[in-house]
Amino acid sequence: MIKVSGLTKDYGARRAIHNLSFDAQQGEIVGFLGPNGAGKTTTMRILTGYMPPSDGEAVVAGYDVVEESLEVRKRVGYLPETVPLYTDMVVFEYLKYMGELRHIPNVDARVEEVLDMVGLLDRSNGFIGNLSKGMRQRVGLAQALLHRPEVLILDEPTIGLDPGQVVEVRELIREIGKERTVLLSTHLLHEAQNLCDRVLIINKGKIVAEDTTENLQARLLGAERVIVRVRGEADELADSIKSVKGVRKVETLEDGAVEFEFASGKDLRPEVAKQVIKDGYDLLELRPLGMSLEEIFLELTGNDAKKK
Amino acid sequence: MKNIWTIAKREYDNYFNSPLAYVVAFSILLPLGIYFSAILYFSAQNAFMGGGTAPNSTQINWLFVFLMVFLSPALTMRLLSDEARMGTLELMLTAPIRDFELVAGKWLGAMMFVLSVALLTLVFPIILENLITPGIDWKLMIASYLGMILITSAMLALGVGISAIFTNQFAAYFVTLGLFFFLWFMIGLPASLLPQGGDVLNYLSLSYHFSQDINSGSLTLGGLTYYLSLTALGLFIGTTAIEIRRWR
Repeated sequence: MIKVSGLTKDYGARRAIHNLSFDAQQGEIVGFLGPNGAGKTTTMRILTGYMPPSDGEAVVAGYDVVEESLEVRKRVGYLPETVPLYTDMVVFEYLKYMGELRHIPNVDARVEEVLDMVGLLDRSNGFIGNLSKGMRQRVGLAQALLHRPEVLILDEPTIGLDPGQVVEVRELIREIGKERTVLLSTHLLHEAQNLCDRVLIINKGKIVAEDTTENLQARLLGAERVIVRVRGEADELADSIKSVKGVRKVETLEDGAVEFEFASGKDLRPEVAKQVIKDGYDLLELRPLGMSLEEIFLELTGNDAKKK
Repeated sequence: MKNIWTIAKREYDNYFNSPLAYVVAFSILLPLGIYFSAILYFSAQNAFMGGGTAPNSTQINWLFVFLMVFLSPALTMRLLSDEARMGTLELMLTAPIRDFELVAGKWLGAMMFVLSVALLTLVFPIILENLITPGIDWKLMIASYLGMILITSAMLALGVGISAIFTNQFAAYFVTLGLFFFLWFMIGLPASLLPQGGDVLNYLSLSYHFSQDINSGSLTLGGLTYYLSLTALGLFIGTTAIEIRRWR
């Protein structure tokens, strides 16, 4: 659905993105993660046909973004970062206008449908200028969904929303992502973690990592850490765990819990659990300590900075 | 083509949401009304004294066009500059519409607004028709209105084109106004002073074809070509400016 190869964009002398290559399949939600100024918005603007790349090519929904820009734009729904809206228009009129530009049949009914999807049906007669930031964000999202696009490109879709709305919007994106391709940028790592099938980490215009969130964690860790907690005194707990074959780096924490590690791919949790219970402890918790995406992110972008 | 119409319709509706449009309409209709009354008054006096000619309402149309030199830039200044300032241009440029359609739609919207105001001015020839015998010269009237539409079309197209270059609507206003001043006064003035070569300058003057030819009833090919070329030029400048924005 999206296929990008060797994409490069220069703003004058500054190179915003450099030789970017990735793809996204139908029914996939791909997260675009990176610090500010990493080139996320630039990439999205190229994919939506807003501006041409300096070099390389991008194919969206089967059409080249430069050669067949109009065809691409027909098939892409785009929510820009700043959510530009005509503030002097009424919500309904605005969406109807955007729908007419996209030649949507039965546009009134469709506008009501998307307003319902984003939960703004009761504000459809209000001026956009009077809406809160979160509501404007949802108007922008409604605009992006209006024409049932094959590809949805969302630049920071949940920014400015309150927690309840964030959950709703994520649910909506997840729903859409089942059938269509969604590319979303975010600086919220947990958002990428719980929403995206795959994450692209971009820094200084280059992709520094690309994988599923789980694989990224595993790849960086090389091993899995687990924390064990039991009821009451647990002086010998560490010894008990050590007795399981394959366990290494056993550490007792200050609160009595014990952390250990094993090589990834070979889950030793059942064995540890059996051993702990056999030794007479009341097992309260046995939890994998995955490296959070935050840590991965800092590791990747930080390493890159160190090299320079 | 449908997109041009969709955009034009929105811009047209949008004029009625802004006080500016009412100010512009008022600034045209009030002076025109006063001027028309004055024409009637003096013609009546002349007739009473036993002389003078029947009043001609094409003079009203000349004033309309003259006022448009100052007022049309106010109608076009924000059409594209404001889209760039508010960021909504990103919305338009990622919608499946051609850059030309966007520019032409804006122009058509402004055109429709001016035509609505022009429609109101039809009241003057209609009054006159009922006041004088054997009535007014309708052929001349139609030529005059056609000329008015042509020159307005050129002005609005240039205004839209210049608006596409700027992100500040007032910058767009003053540059457009400056251009019209140049085309209206600066080119025409030396033409009347030069012993030779004045024709070329006259041809390039914004006012010449309207004031000298069309408004006197002769719709010349030169005039037609001139105003249509300026319209095309304005739309071309606008489209190119938008394309340049994409590349920046």
